[in-house]
Amino acid sequence: MSGAGARENVFATRMALTNTKLRLKGAQTGHSLLAKKRDALTTRFRAILKKVDEAKRKMGRVMQLASFSMAEVTYATGDIAYLVQEQAKQASFRVKAKQENVSGVVLPAFEVDRVGGSGLQFPQSLMHPFLMKPTDFNLTGLGRGGQQVLKAKEVYAKAIETLVELASLQTAFMILDEVIRATNRRVNAIEHIVIPRLENTIKYIMSELDEMDREEFFRLKKVQGKKKRDTAARDAAQTLAAETEIQDSVDGEGELSSNLLSSKDEDVIF
Amino acid sequence: MATSFKDRNLIAVIGDEDSITGLLLAGVGHINEYQKKNFLVVEDGKTQVSEIELAFEEFTQRKDIAILLINQHIAEKIRPTVDKYQQAFPALLEIPSKDHPYDPSKDSVLKRVQKLFGD
Repeated sequence: MSGAGARENVFATRMALTNTKLRLKGAQTGHSLLAKKRDALTTRFRAILKKVDEAKRKMGRVMQLASFSMAEVTYATGDIAYLVQEQAKQASFRVKAKQENVSGVVLPAFEVDRVGGSGLQFPQSLMHPFLMKPTDFNLTGLGRGGQQVLKAKEVYAKAIETLVELASLQTAFMILDEVIRATNRRVNAIEHIVIPRLENTIKYIMSELDEMDREEFFRLKKVQGKKKRDTAARDAAQTLAAETEIQDSVDGEGELSSNLLSSKDEDVIF
Repeated sequence: MATSFKDRNLIAVIGDEDSITGLLLAGVGHINEYQKKNFLVVEDGKTQVSEIELAFEEFTQRKDIAILLINQHIAEKIRPTVDKYQQAFPALLEIPSKDHPYDPSKDSVLKRVQKLFGD
């Protein structure tokens, strides 16, 4: 994996610097938001976990009760297993799935949906074993123990409602688990890969810009130096020219004086 | 995924005779147009593990089943398959039976939880 030296391949310009700085800011905001989401989900997850645990134990007890009522039926009616299995045609006990939004995650929830044998739907409150399609298990317990059978039906219906609730909780639990894992991965990726990369890119661009500035400065200085030398050289040349002129004029005066000396005066005799 | 669970509305069962009888009595039994039942009666000693596995695979692949109930002692027989099960639908629920009361330590979902929080 690329380590701390990783940076993006960009030209080192001031525009690139601004862009990268903006992206870094975005990544940091994203990181804190995702971390918050992950924490919220984890809290929710723990709450559901507790509920799941409780619900499972409750279910254990409820099923126990149901088994007892079933035992009573067998005692009163004899074995009805075969009869019941043969009579199962259309499920009158179904579930409806609806969606719930929990801190940004869509979770399904199950709802008990009683469909009358004829396809009619009865609201929960009116549902009573007597109202079910008359031919549903009509022959069951006809010989004896009809009341036990009805009672067992009710107890099992209640048990299944608990089971449906438990199933909803469990599905929510599994989905949340997945989502938390994914969010965690994203948070870590931003924290350990994206942000260091962007920071390295910024450092690189700034160092390049500094170096370019230094080069520019150096070049400037060099040019100035050359200019200075040029000017100095020109000045020197000028001064030299001026001096040579003066020298010439001075030399001309020297000849005149020797002529003076060469014309001799006559000797004075006394 | 959103549409797939809107059509799911059946409860499937893999269990021993007593559990199946009770649940069917409440009305979860269903036979679809291909004469496929949504329940499997497992008889102690008579039903093969491969048969149970097959039914499990079948029920989990069907698109109209929302919840799959399985007796805990039967889940024990196909424990590796059950432990590998990761789908969100259908929801897998282990239920106790008359002779085997509920044991939280064997439940596959609770075991996953333990792994998460055990460390």
